[in-house]
Amino acid sequence: MSLLEVKNLKKSFDDNVVLKDISLNVERGEVLAIIGPSGSGKSTLLRCITDLEQEDSGEINFDGTFGLVFQNFNLFPHHSVMKNITNAPIKVQKRDKSEVFEHARKLLSQMGLSDKEDAYPCELSGGQQQRVSIARALAMNPDILFFDEPTSALDPELTGEILNVIKDLAANNMTMVIVTHEMAFARNVADTIIFMDGGVIVEEGTPEEVFSSDNQRMKDFLGKFYD
Amino acid sequence: MILSKVIELLLGGMVTSIEIFLLTLLFSLPLGLVVAGGRMSKFAPLRWIAKVYISIMRGTPLMLQLIVVFFAPYYVFGINLSADYRFIAVIIAFTINYAAYFAEIYRGGIESINSGQYEAAQVLGYSKFQTFFIIILPQVFKVVLPSITNEVITLVKDTSLSFVIAIPEMFTVAKQIAASEASIAALLVAGVFYYVFNMIVAFVMEHIENRLDYYE
Repeated sequence: MSLLEVKNLKKSFDDNVVLKDISLNVERGEVLAIIGPSGSGKSTLLRCITDLEQEDSGEINFDGTFGLVFQNFNLFPHHSVMKNITNAPIKVQKRDKSEVFEHARKLLSQMGLSDKEDAYPCELSGGQQQRVSIARALAMNPDILFFDEPTSALDPELTGEILNVIKDLAANNMTMVIVTHEMAFARNVADTIIFMDGGVIVEEGTPEEVFSSDNQRMKDFLGKFYD
Repeated sequence: MILSKVIELLLGGMVTSIEIFLLTLLFSLPLGLVVAGGRMSKFAPLRWIAKVYISIMRGTPLMLQLIVVFFAPYYVFGINLSADYRFIAVIIAFTINYAAYFAEIYRGGIESINSGQYEAAQVLGYSKFQTFFIIILPQVFKVVLPSITNEVITLVKDTSLSFVIAIPEMFTVAKQIAASEASIAALLVAGVFYYVFNMIVAFVMEHIENRLDYYE
């Protein structure tokens, strides 16, 4: 059985149908990139899967813990980097404090932020904040990690920083679903790519399949990136 | 009357003023949070009760509210209350009045918190209760502190309204001395005392604001 199964998902906001009939599977260890124009429903799909939105109909089968990395980081500004990462594992998962701190220090060193334990989010660059938010999500030991346009709020230099972190996670077999506008990155890191437009999945397959698709809508969309 | 005697009497009144001040804050700051909760409730009747309450508290004079709270038990319900009730009435009137103002300040603060904070907390598995007290409320306090400071400074001066039901706080005492001595010296001294009181309040609040300045 797949780690995550989405079947016939539908979602509207008032008269605006955002997700028409979405089905997809994510296997353990898979990296799925979801691409598509703004307003195609990518983020709404992710928000339905992560319970931030309630779908109108359809099924989401997932048994495990997940993490979500936001476009705008959404770190808690009044908590230090360390507290941002450790507070939920301690208060929500009721894990042992010293174990959680050890875990957090390991994650911070993995993110190249060992010297930022006691810093507050406002003292960090956007790229550093996003790395903290990835560490915060990983500290929960998620079975799957969702990214909602994790680099859209960052300049190109900082974007590279985050993409490298995600690449490392992929190399370590982390299951991930990444909504992104970074085409080259999606092609490079994903096992599977889904192209969405107008609330439906237009194209789905390996990067090679999707990027060489004959589908006109897909070609138009990619054409804009090649120009 | 010599000045040292005037100061001694006024300091006695000031103790009562400070009691009113501290007890009002002690009760109205948390009560304001409860009222703000009602004001923002998804349950419409509760929301309306809070709205009407706030509207009346802000829309009528505090002096009138003091008189009503003090006299209503006897004139409306025929209850004879002990002499202690005079002071209790002051605390009740100030508390329910200030809670209304604090409620609106809290509401503004709570609504200013980005929805992403709630979403991040939800995804991390925090309960609604934890989200409010661990994530939202600490940020709200920082946002509302300057407005709270304004109200607290107003409260120092408003304690003088207690003279209307003859509570022997500083202003009541100053007025009595002024009347019996046919001199405004006592009132001027009282003015200095209020001013110093508020300088201390402003100093303390600024200190708290600075303490919360460790993040943006």
